[in-house]
Amino acid sequence: MKKNIIEVKNLSKYFEVSRGIFQKKSIVKAVDDISFFIPQGESLGLVGQSGCGKTTTARTLTLLEEKTKGSVNVYNSKTNLLESIDNLDEDQLKEFRRNIQMIFQDPYEAMNPRWTIKDTVKEPLLIHNLGSPEEQEEAVKEILKTVGLTPPENYLNRYPHELSGGQRQRVAIARALIMKPKFVICDEPTSMLDVSIRISIMDLMLELARDLGVSYLYITHDLAVARYMCNRIAVMFNGKIVEIAETEELLKNPVHPYTKRLISSIPVPDPTYERKVYDINFDEIDSLIEKHGSDKPMIDIGNEHYIATHDVKGLI
Amino acid sequence: MNQKNILEVKKLNMMYTTLEGNVNAVKDVSFEIKKGSSFGLVGESGCGKTSVAMTLMQLQSDNAKIVSGNIIFNGQEMVGLNEKELRKIRWGGISIVFQGAMNAWNPVIKIGEQIREAIREHYPENTRSENTNKINTLFKMVGLEPNVADRYPHELSGGMKQRAVIALSLSCDPKLIIADEPTTALDVVIQDQILKEIKKVQEDLDLSLIYISHDIAVIAEMTDYMAVMYAGRIVETGKTKDIFKNPKHSYTRMLLDSTPSIIGDKKMLKSLDGEPPSLMDNFSGCSFAPRCPQPSDNCSSGNAEMGLIEVGDGHFADKCCVECG
Ligand SMILES: Nc1ncnc2c1ncn2[C@@H]1O[C@H](COP(=O)(O)OP(=O)(O)O)[C@@H](O)[C@H]1O
Ligand SMILES: Nc1ncnc2c1ncn2[C@@H]1O[C@H](COP(=O)(O)OP(=O)(O)O)[C@@H](O)[C@H]1O
Ligand SMILES: [Mg+2]
Ligand SMILES: [Mg+2]
Repeated sequence: MKKNIIEVKNLSKYFEVSRGIFQKKSIVKAVDDISFFIPQGESLGLVGQSGCGKTTTARTLTLLEEKTKGSVNVYNSKTNLLESIDNLDEDQLKEFRRNIQMIFQDPYEAMNPRWTIKDTVKEPLLIHNLGSPEEQEEAVKEILKTVGLTPPENYLNRYPHELSGGQRQRVAIARALIMKPKFVICDEPTSMLDVSIRISIMDLMLELARDLGVSYLYITHDLAVARYMCNRIAVMFNGKIVEIAETEELLKNPVHPYTKRLISSIPVPDPTYERKVYDINFDEIDSLIEKHGSDKPMIDIGNEHYIATHDVKGLI
Repeated sequence: MNQKNILEVKKLNMMYTTLEGNVNAVKDVSFEIKKGSSFGLVGESGCGKTSVAMTLMQLQSDNAKIVSGNIIFNGQEMVGLNEKELRKIRWGGISIVFQGAMNAWNPVIKIGEQIREAIREHYPENTRSENTNKINTLFKMVGLEPNVADRYPHELSGGMKQRAVIALSLSCDPKLIIADEPTTALDVVIQDQILKEIKKVQEDLDLSLIYISHDIAVIAEMTDYMAVMYAGRIVETGKTKDIFKNPKHSYTRMLLDSTPSIIGDKKMLKSLDGEPPSLMDNFSGCSFAPRCPQPSDNCSSGNAEMGLIEVGDGHFADKCCVECG
């Protein structure tokens, strides 16, 4: 059996928000008791509507947010063990940041506009003190070639605003990959790009998975994209994962009403295809989840197809 | 003009003047729209879709100029009309849902008042209660509660703001609606709801629709007829079903081959490498040649003759690319 690159158990992230000066603080359960694992070299799609908690999940896993509850274990290539992300000492933290990288939806946000492409891509090497300046420059050129920015000399001294959206996203990928991470979390990395560029970036990422064994947590709201990229898909709704299954299994035999709704809303590039109409009131799903308990573990209905149990009681 | 058509566009050419030179954003664009039908315009960003839309409305920016061509709406030539004459056709005849319109609401005025203002301009003789009724009817049509009229833009979700934009576009009883990427910033479930809403309104009011998108899957869902744009030109046009079944232009094929789907067998997608040419250069020959997978000798030498030829019943494609195969 393949080792897992990450194991997440009962992870929650709550935010305290105040709606007005005199009102009591309320709690937003952005991520609410989710569990999943990703085998090495595989990718898991995390799909769901905006606001369902995808980005918060990603930010919590990469330690940009502190989790509220639960456990996260990540594979450490040095020790060959899954290790908790809690209480990492400085060295362990460094190793963690080397193994796990994040690519954001808007690459512009994650870049310093006053840095050249060379400096942007090289920074992780500087932080980790890897190689001589010459070696670092070679590594930058090499990775720019890998992501299709050729010849690299044409890009080294340019600034982010001088590039197209697709080129900037490639720079972001180069920056994430220069550390040869084992695990990359991608938050809607292609949603702002034209279809044409989208495929070349997705293919690039698939190629890296094949050649370098990189695993992905691939966040998107588009199931068609998730199908192309991912071995398995987890469907998220209001902070909870309601269904996880192997990609084709999920698309063929969706069980949770929310998954069905999501599938029925994807436009199909075939004018003769009649989409199934599956209208459902989201508040209804939410109240059923509340009523039937959201704190029970998911169950396997066969073929490693997991669904949230509130659903078995309430809706099937 | 054919009585069955609501709009005929003939050999339309539009360019922008900039400090760096002229941008030829619309080149020899011709198409017609049958009454009550929907027509899709698809292509990569920058290919000129919004430029076509704005030229049809004659709301193009100040540095834009219609060089030649005709826009005939409901039997009336629109090119050359003065502002006053245009205003009668705009909104009441043709209206548009602008790209990004849902973020263009005035933040300090209630949604209902902004729609009321548009109606008042067009129907100055209406009473206030007539307009209130009208707004309620419009909101019902697009799936909004009447009380949304009393809210400010920031109090609405993206989907609600976009529904309100559609209500606004319907407020002066147009016959033709242009929707320019109305769902691009929205998430799939909301997109689905908006698409359904637009379809329903189109059927209920027997409207004609021009639907613009870079996503060919959405065009498949929404339109009866379509045109594929590349570098300012229409390179293929016909019934949507025919084009999907039997695409003749390699660019159309590449668009189809690069679109992921959740139905059918999972297939490898092909990326569309390279970028469209600059619209500034006046290239001779085929603008698609640099990206064409199998250019003919004629094509790669820059001698190709451009222009649509009929390849099937009402199905046209660029002569050059039909010959390239
Ligand atoms: N820093 C924060 N403070 C308060 N609420 C937040 C914060 N970040 C996210 N949220 C809330 O958490 C929920 C999930 O957001 P997010 O993870 O961004 O969803 P997604 O990426 O799926 O669109 C939303 O209701 C959002 O408003
Ligand atoms: N006001 C303008 N001045 C100069 N060039 C413009 C202007 N508006 C658009 N363009 C250029 O015209 C071309 C077509 O743009 P547009 O019609 O917006 O394409 P699309 O809607 O297909 O993305 C692009 O090259 C764009 O940069
Ligand atoms: Mg997000
Ligand atoms: Mg546009």
